[in-house]
Amino acid sequence: MSDQNANPYAFVRTETLPELPPPARETGAVKWMRENLFSSIPNGILTVLALYFIYLVLSSTLPWITGGIWTTSSLAECREVLNGKSAACFSVLTERWNQLLYGFKYPAEAYWRPNLALLLLLIAIAPVLFFDLPRKLLIFTAIYPFLAFWLIWGGTILAPIVALLGVVAGGVVFQLYGKNSFAVGFFGGIIAAFVVWWLGGALIPEGASENAMLSAVPSRDLGGFMLNMMLGVTCVSLSVPLGIALALGRQSNMPLIKGICVIFIEFVRGVPLITLLFVASVMLSYFFPPDSTVDLFLRVVIMITMFSAAYIAEVIRGGLAALPKGQYEAADSLGLDYAQAMRLIILPQALKISIPGIVNVAVGLFKDTTLVSVISMFDLVGMIRGPILASTEWNGVYWELLGFAALLFFVVCYGISQYSQWLERRLATDHR
Amino acid sequence: MKKSVIFGALTVAGLAAGAAAAGTLDDVKARGKLNCGVTTGLVGFAAPDANGNWDGFDVGVCRAVAAAVLGDANAVEFVPTTGKTRFTALASGEIDMLARNTTWTFSRDVDLKFTFVGVNYYDGQGFMVPAELGVSSAKELDGATVCIQTGTTTELNLADFFRANNISYEPVPIETNAEAQQQYLAGACDVYTTDASGLAATRATFEDPGAHVLLPEIISKEPLGPLVRHGDNNWGDVVRWSLNALITAEELGVTSANIAEMSAGTNNPEVNRLLGTEGSLGEMLGLSADWAKNAIMAGGNYGELFEKNIGENTPIGLARGLNAQWTDGGLIYSPPFR
Repeated sequence: MSDQNANPYAFVRTETLPELPPPARETGAVKWMRENLFSSIPNGILTVLALYFIYLVLSSTLPWITGGIWTTSSLAECREVLNGKSAACFSVLTERWNQLLYGFKYPAEAYWRPNLALLLLLIAIAPVLFFDLPRKLLIFTAIYPFLAFWLIWGGTILAPIVALLGVVAGGVVFQLYGKNSFAVGFFGGIIAAFVVWWLGGALIPEGASENAMLSAVPSRDLGGFMLNMMLGVTCVSLSVPLGIALALGRQSNMPLIKGICVIFIEFVRGVPLITLLFVASVMLSYFFPPDSTVDLFLRVVIMITMFSAAYIAEVIRGGLAALPKGQYEAADSLGLDYAQAMRLIILPQALKISIPGIVNVAVGLFKDTTLVSVISMFDLVGMIRGPILASTEWNGVYWELLGFAALLFFVVCYGISQYSQWLERRLATDHR
Repeated sequence: MKKSVIFGALTVAGLAAGAAAAGTLDDVKARGKLNCGVTTGLVGFAAPDANGNWDGFDVGVCRAVAAAVLGDANAVEFVPTTGKTRFTALASGEIDMLARNTTWTFSRDVDLKFTFVGVNYYDGQGFMVPAELGVSSAKELDGATVCIQTGTTTELNLADFFRANNISYEPVPIETNAEAQQQYLAGACDVYTTDASGLAATRATFEDPGAHVLLPEIISKEPLGPLVRHGDNNWGDVVRWSLNALITAEELGVTSANIAEMSAGTNNPEVNRLLGTEGSLGEMLGLSADWAKNAIMAGGNYGELFEKNIGENTPIGLARGLNAQWTDGGLIYSPPFR
């Protein structure tokens, strides 16, 4: 042991070995396949079967899609060009593209208006959906509904301005008096808004819409996927606040409010949507004189909003019920009043719990907007089932049209779903 | 307080509706537009084209009435209605008339309180089968599966026919004509039954129309015609005689091509009365003297409308058959203009 230089070992490595690549079967695609596709014999068999099945489906649909024809002007021409081969006749989409998107009566020179409204919608909705964005953007969001109304329906710009002023007046009154007494502020605000609308309505000169900058478009002329989007966006954004109010009202200690909310929710949930739509389009016209009915679009919006608000109220009530009683008591013990407790403590937690349910209702609502085709409004499905399939050129084209409709709806619904999942991850505060 | 407001509104609404019902003709003239109910789309009868202009056989009737009343065939607001909304739209005053291939039946006329002003197409329920089935008569269809639209008179007619002939069938209920085409082509049913005009239109869109045959039996009467509300006979007369003017024009040989020449005056007094160069028929209706001339110029006489929209040279290819003039052995017959 005294000879420190003498080395008892024949070889000592002085540096670490370079890293070797893992064995071929434990890396990359091979490993992934071994683990996920062929981890056992039954799984392997299923994988092969599934691949065969996918091949079967794709081998019949892909040629049908890629061989599709885009330029003919009728189904008969398509069949002539195809000459017995089986392929899609997408010409119907190119020829009727504008009708599918905007309906058949929206003036063609005004197509930029709904397009611009859609673009602005993305800007207006961004600060609501993504709360990391600067809060100042919300000002635009508040103006947007009036702007979009003016863009899509056209007519005099005074109408949306008066509507906006009425809302502003109501808000100001509520701010002034709402601090002392909620009821005074609330009803005072509503009265102020109506006074402004009434005065403003009287001030707008007769026939102001005729020479307006944007030509007026009546509601009956709206159609296509634009109508679905408009109904979907309007009804979702109206029914969420209404649903929250209903859910809170149902939990209220005040018997009158609680009673009204319970009856409303139970009644509306107990009636099929299609019945409500028929009431909106058919029954209401008996009650109004023939020339002064409420706008059909507005009637439909009210009915769909009521319907989905009742569902959303129940979803949110589930969220409220899931909160431990301690949360309510904690809010009380901090000395918060009802509005503060709800706004700061209860609702943020309850709404977070309710996100999947609300999104579920929203997606369902968006797809339910196609039901308006049964009351002869020409939404996307109404356009397909009515005018397009009834034209002599395109009678008999089904897969292409309905596939296109499915694609549009899928894109929107999948977007909603992805957003809600992002939102759930973003709001996750627990460590599950 | 709320209640009284609602009742007040209802009263006002009721009064206004009553006042409006007093004179549809005056309403239409004041509005400058005719509100005409049509289908949401039926090949050949009513459908908007790629530019959004309505076209078709029923649409032609609407345009003729608009031209007769307002002098402008384009002064029509077409209100698309479904089979479920059509009658309420008419009863509530949303539309002034309905021209939507609607069958004239007792209960619609009497119980629903409508006035059918005439018949513009005599239809009847027929059967279509694949040619390879080798069937030549509907009576050989014992045990067949039949595609049938639910909630229509065709469903009841079918049950009656099979029971009367003591044979059995299995119904395949479907909702729309489009769905029926798919089901039938996919072989979900052996037979498709609906109105014969609809069958012909459907067959015309098949890839191989020759592989399907229409059976000779017509098992029901389906007179289709325009209708108006009960209670305004003057307006009913306007619509009735606008339709009759189209029919009479064909009978007398007045077409959209020669009408300018004929309205200068002819030797035939009935033509002169029709076109307003003699007599005062227009005045009696509360219309201008050249009302019928305008109606005919809107889209041609009855025969021209038929040929242009559903006749043998169109893809639908319907023969005149029952819808020929009575002078040619059909049922189309107008009372005289006198």
